[in-house]
Amino acid sequence: MNGSNHNPVEGVGLVVRGLHKSFAGEAVLRGIDFTVQPGEIFVIMGPSGSGKSVLLKHLIGLEQPDAGEILINGEPVTRPEVAAKYRMAFVFQSGALLNSLTVGENVGLYLTEHRLKTADEITKIVAEKLADVGLKDELDKMPSELSGGMKKRAAIARALVIEPQLIFYDEPTSELDPVSAVVIGNEILELNQRIHVTSLVVTHDRDLAFGVADRIAVMAEGRIVTIGTPDEVKHCNDPRVQQFLHAGLQREK
Amino acid sequence: MFENCGQFIILFWHTLLALPQTWRQRQKVKEQLFEIGNASLLMVCMLSFFIGGVVALNFGPPLVERSFTNAVGGVVGLGLAKELAPVMMAILIAGRIGSAMTAEIGSMAAYQEIDALRTMNINPIYYLVLPRILALAVALPMLVVISVLVGWLGGAVVANSNHLMEIPFQVFFSDLRDIVDLSDVANGVFKSFCFAIIIGVVSCHQGLATIGGPRGIGRSVTKAVVNSIVLIVISDYILTRCLLK
Repeated sequence: MNGSNHNPVEGVGLVVRGLHKSFAGEAVLRGIDFTVQPGEIFVIMGPSGSGKSVLLKHLIGLEQPDAGEILINGEPVTRPEVAAKYRMAFVFQSGALLNSLTVGENVGLYLTEHRLKTADEITKIVAEKLADVGLKDELDKMPSELSGGMKKRAAIARALVIEPQLIFYDEPTSELDPVSAVVIGNEILELNQRIHVTSLVVTHDRDLAFGVADRIAVMAEGRIVTIGTPDEVKHCNDPRVQQFLHAGLQREK
Repeated sequence: MFENCGQFIILFWHTLLALPQTWRQRQKVKEQLFEIGNASLLMVCMLSFFIGGVVALNFGPPLVERSFTNAVGGVVGLGLAKELAPVMMAILIAGRIGSAMTAEIGSMAAYQEIDALRTMNINPIYYLVLPRILALAVALPMLVVISVLVGWLGGAVVANSNHLMEIPFQVFFSDLRDIVDLSDVANGVFKSFCFAIIIGVVSCHQGLATIGGPRGIGRSVTKAVVNSIVLIVISDYILTRCLLK
């Protein structure tokens, strides 16, 4: 998250051990354990209310756990110097672009606020990153003028400016049509191949999960039910996993 | 409201700690100053003119009737400079600017824009709170000075034109100058500086504490305005007592 120490991009590993969190006495996370390898695309799936987004907020430091630890390359993320050492980016479900700024200003915000580059360099980097996500003509538009898919791609461009070693995606394809969802899925894959960033994707979109994941974890009721490769998860016998993977409408004749 | 007072103090303290960032945030301070001035100046002038007029109308005729004609300028001058201009302008700014600040920051909180700032290691206090509080702390005292001058003019016009007083402008301002000191105006300006801090801290705090969607934003705006006004009135008494010669 800090720009003072920009090394060449290289994915980092993430370890989560025994993570617990309750809100007003209600347990939301009940002991989460998993490991993400450097450069891996790790997908967390699960039904709504299973605790996926809360888990993601803990990983980026927006929430503090009641118990448990989160390690990046073996160092606890709760220590400010560790959070400053590694570059992490978060792509929000809504995009979370600042509505008072143009798309270009949003994408360059990190560099502008931390004064990491000159104004000319920032303009050039912003144009490059927007071109990477197919939005080079939208530089001067306001976020309200963009479609849902474009907002998410602009949010990805904003994350790329950080030159992240670890990207978190929160429901990147929610509220998108199937074509836009495929575009976002391809962006995630392409980024991973191009800059070897470690990606952690939270989603309940089965197509996206099985399309991009190296490994998948399925969550239910604040716990991880199973972790494995897409094939292993597909053949998991747990009824909650099977119900989630095969849920569908059946019209009576 | 009082359970939030501790949080107001903590936010104020964090804003004080952020003061060395002022030069970096100067562009945002300028933008906020323009917003406040642009949105309020006309209303401040109009309101102040009529407040001055009403004070002259209420106190002028009884004073003239009892042969205290030379006190009318002093009563209008002192009342506006020390009490009415600072308090009325603070209430106006709390309703006009404080509410807008809460709504803007509240909608940023509700739509995860503040979380987005945090994930980019951008402190919302530096980015959002500091420029707003600084702009208010500069703008409100300036508006109060304008309000005092326009209010005196309103009082003079009414004292001159009302058939029960008919006090010439020159006499009105000469009487005002005999009673009102520069320190009386400074007293009101200092109060308005304190009120500006209260409005800024309360409005930004309520914005940052917003939860939920549009209803949450609406609740925060209401709380910000009510809390600001209550704290302005309470602190007005305390400041007046402390500043008594």
